[in-house]
Amino acid sequence: MSIPPLYVIGLALTLLILFALFGKSTRRTIRTIKAFRELRRTIELSVEDGSRLQISLGGGGLLGAESAAAFAGLSLLRQVANIAADSDQPPVATTGDGMLLLLAQDTLRHTYRRLDISDQYHLRLARATGLTPFSYAAGTLPLILDRSVSASALVGSFGEEVGLITAASQQAGAFSLGGSGTMNGQALLFGSAQEPLIGEEVFATGAYMDAGAAHQASLRAQDVLRWLIIIALMLTALSPLFSGLL
Amino acid sequence: MNLRVRTPVAAGVAIAAGMFVLVSLFVPGFEDLRNRVLNWAILLAALALLLGMVNLLTVHLERVRSRQQPLYSAVLIIALLATFGITVWEGSQGVTAAWIFNNIQVPIEASLMAVLAISLTLAAARLLHFRKDLMSIVFAVALFVLLLGSGPLFGIDLPFFTGTLGPYVTQFLSTGAMRGLLIGVALGTVLTGLRILIGADRPYGG
Repeated sequence: MSIPPLYVIGLALTLLILFALFGKSTRRTIRTIKAFRELRRTIELSVEDGSRLQISLGGGGLLGAESAAAFAGLSLLRQVANIAADSDQPPVATTGDGMLLLLAQDTLRHTYRRLDISDQYHLRLARATGLTPFSYAAGTLPLILDRSVSASALVGSFGEEVGLITAASQQAGAFSLGGSGTMNGQALLFGSAQEPLIGEEVFATGAYMDAGAAHQASLRAQDVLRWLIIIALMLTALSPLFSGLL
Repeated sequence: MNLRVRTPVAAGVAIAAGMFVLVSLFVPGFEDLRNRVLNWAILLAALALLLGMVNLLTVHLERVRSRQQPLYSAVLIIALLATFGITVWEGSQGVTAAWIFNNIQVPIEASLMAVLAISLTLAAARLLHFRKDLMSIVFAVALFVLLLGSGPLFGIDLPFFTGTLGPYVTQFLSTGAMRGLLIGVALGTVLTGLRILIGADRPYGG
């Protein structure tokens, strides 16, 4: 038996809207993810000591399923910029895709405008460091190895090239947090990033970084759907046992 | 000229385009129009690639101007402009453009892949030194088993690893774990897409 994708999308949409409308009235705590706790601490420290944060958005582009991880990266960029934009060394975003570059520049420009520091914004705060996966990594390395960078947050769609970036972060003694929408990227980040994000944790970035009620609602809908899938899997696995009894 | 598209207009266009493509996947009769909209997106992506190239150029021009490792940036600028000029002149299937790709780009990326193998091993070893939790130990043991199970190492065959334990880890344990992760990623992808489709999350126009 298969469930039509339209039903899944419809259920997800219904849950998202319900949690967005009625979720605010119910108090609910979300489990602690160490990676986000450490990232918040690092952002605060970087603002205090005047060091730079580097946000890597990957080179996955926006035309496929990999775009979801890139959007999570953009949410992180907005929240980090909100906190650290007016510090001595404002955060820098790097990407390996043209469309993502435009969105990163737009995100930063609007954040600076909202904070009323538009005069401090310039286009080079979001950079395309290379337009193929390995050239992107190679172009990002000098920025990370620059001693002014104290932390790298890698949230987006990454392949094998992410290993070069996280290895450089380690070499520079910088904090590294990494999450990718691809399995290769996740495996490499688990083995090389200081704080890896596993599975759907990448998509919880907005909720954990206080990006708004929609992100909280999305996380709750994601949790409900995951439990429904777990129950469905358990029932499917146990169904031969029940059919034997009946 | 300062062309500024107001956020509600941008949001309206984005939501309408997204909704149309989603609905057309389930309602027959809109395939041609959907393909046309998707082709527009591909064209925009190609244009954005050009803008990305301009951004790369300006960043490195600035580095040359401010004398921050100017030699590397100068090499990049010359190589970028030469490759771009040749490809525009000859077309993407041109002999020189293909030679540049096969004899410069591919070997350099292959070399980076080789560097990656070494740097990643070092990074993983260093990481295990200061992240001593259960999952890191599981990761290290699984990696060790997979390396031993991947085939004869220095001519020494270990049948228990290559024939039993290695395949068990790859076919059952890692496949099961990967499917679990993929379900999580798929749910995250669906909800991120929906959040953007209903305009609750706007990665454009602030």
